[in-house]
Amino acid sequence: MNRNVKDIIVESITGICVLVIIFIIVSILTITIVGGWPNLNWAFLSEFPKDGMTKGGIFPAIVGTAVMTIIMAVAAVPFGVITAIYLAEYANEKSVIAKTIRFAVKTLAVVPSIIFGLFGLGFFIGFVGKNMDSLFSGGELRWGQPNILWASLTMALLTLPVVIVSVEEAIRTIPRDMREASLALGATKWQTIRKVVLPGSVSGILTGTILAVSRGAGEVAPILFTGAVYFSSHLPHSLSDQFMSLGYHIYIMSTQSSNVDATQPIQFATTLVLLFLTFSLNAVAVILRYRIRKRTK
Amino acid sequence: MVTFNKKKFRFSDWLAEKVIKAVAFLSIAVVILIFIFVFREAFPIFKMDKKEAASTETLVQESYGGLGTDNSTVKSADNQVDNSNRKQTNDEKPSSSLLSKTWMPVSDNPRYGLWPLFLGTLKVTLIALLFATPISILAAIYTSMFAKPGIREIIKPVIELLAGFPSVVIGFFALMVMATVLQNIFGYASRLNAFVGGIAMGLAAIPIIYTLTEDALTAIPKTFIEASLGLGASLRQTAFYVVLPAAVPGIFAAVVLGLGRIFGETMIALMATGNAAMISMNPFDSVRTLSATIGAEMAEVVFGDIHYNVLFLIGSLLFIFTFALNALAEFYFKNLVVRKYQSKK
Repeated sequence: MNRNVKDIIVESITGICVLVIIFIIVSILTITIVGGWPNLNWAFLSEFPKDGMTKGGIFPAIVGTAVMTIIMAVAAVPFGVITAIYLAEYANEKSVIAKTIRFAVKTLAVVPSIIFGLFGLGFFIGFVGKNMDSLFSGGELRWGQPNILWASLTMALLTLPVVIVSVEEAIRTIPRDMREASLALGATKWQTIRKVVLPGSVSGILTGTILAVSRGAGEVAPILFTGAVYFSSHLPHSLSDQFMSLGYHIYIMSTQSSNVDATQPIQFATTLVLLFLTFSLNAVAVILRYRIRKRTK
Repeated sequence: MVTFNKKKFRFSDWLAEKVIKAVAFLSIAVVILIFIFVFREAFPIFKMDKKEAASTETLVQESYGGLGTDNSTVKSADNQVDNSNRKQTNDEKPSSSLLSKTWMPVSDNPRYGLWPLFLGTLKVTLIALLFATPISILAAIYTSMFAKPGIREIIKPVIELLAGFPSVVIGFFALMVMATVLQNIFGYASRLNAFVGGIAMGLAAIPIIYTLTEDALTAIPKTFIEASLGLGASLRQTAFYVVLPAAVPGIFAAVVLGLGRIFGETMIALMATGNAAMISMNPFDSVRTLSATIGAEMAEVVFGDIHYNVLFLIGSLLFIFTFALNALAEFYFKNLVVRKYQSKK
């Protein structure tokens, strides 16, 4: 076959692969928007589910997701930032410790999310919670059962690598000169980190936090048995309460609700809300990251 | 680093360094804790086996003769005891039915045979990989080699958008739309099956394989490409005979990480595979994967029950497998890449 013809055919095949992927992405977005938009209104966002979940809104699921991701971020971000500082500023790249920490972070990033759920159940609920109960409340069941705190902490472990990677990347873009200038003026290493490195990596910390929140808002497997519930008549008002979550709501409504067909509009609208949430968060993170990368060039 | 400061002992600096170091160890601690706690809950199965094996010893002795006549080809008495022992445990003890062929945890005579789950996971994973790998690699080749710079800047972030889709959303899309569309095309019987689940999980793996392959391809030194083009090869020949072979270790690592994602994917499996644990080689039959089994059944088991322990055992297997895959990608393939360029530069 003529070489030019072959070139064109092969290049088109690879181009078609790109188009197929983009087509799938666009169709997921379109179908979700078309299916969910008509049912999306203020009442849907601000009301509790009604009539055995077949009507009403998803307000508690939105609040539950928000509260869970906030607690998660409060737990994950400080640890992630400090680990990133260690990896970027203190660790000797060739040392066994630094390599082990890096490997551990990568492992956390690839461990299936359901394993985090099992860990949350075995460690937070079955071990920490049980022991807290026997210590504080004399064996009365309070912490040794699924609740929003354990779900958030489980999710925090899952999103820890996201924070670490973003923050470390941002720290590494801070020019060496700035650190050296600070050290040359007599500042100690810790002072340099506090006054030069940390302020310079604020956008990186923000990116990491946003990405972690977006990931945490969308994950369902880790909270399946660490705190999410199908229906709750009130909002969580203590850390030992269970909560509703958008992702879990979609899962339950589309697979286990009493009338899957009748609630389809609710399912699509919930999916649209979740997708909109994670997408807008991701978009902000992408813009922030783009600005950080530009700094290095 | 700052040698003239060395004499002065600064408490805040010393403390900061210690605290930061201690916190950094948290990641390692978490990985170890996951190991310990997931395995700890799985462990009682094996302990129970021993206890029950001891208590059924007399039973084994009784059935010895009967089984011996069935197995006329058995050579030694020791062998016979082993055989009968195994049969006995298979019939009597739910905890040791792990290798049997039925997964029926909720029944009068619960069976915890993992084979249908293994087979189901294997089937879905294969379908997902067969779908995701070629399409992602070819798309990555297009992006890094053939696309014009302006178009590349658009394609890459758009495909990476797919990574931002929560898996429950992909699962929902598979359940609501893909299952129906694919059923209309292929005309199979059960709407949710390994094929639908596999394609949906492939969607989740595409951004991983695509991004890492693209990175591996762009990491190939420009001199390779220029040398090839300079010798008169076309862009297509350069891409497939120069760049692609040089990037093979990186692409392997990409596929391995994609495999890890598919293997552990829970929500898509729960929503789109039909969740029926059966042994069949037909890709259009419903299946139940390992991770989906945990997700579906853990909420309903009794704390500390055998079923509970078996689910943790499945979790341990998943964890070991993804851990090994990650180690493979991290140490073996990365070293291959490094060595390759060091020897060529």
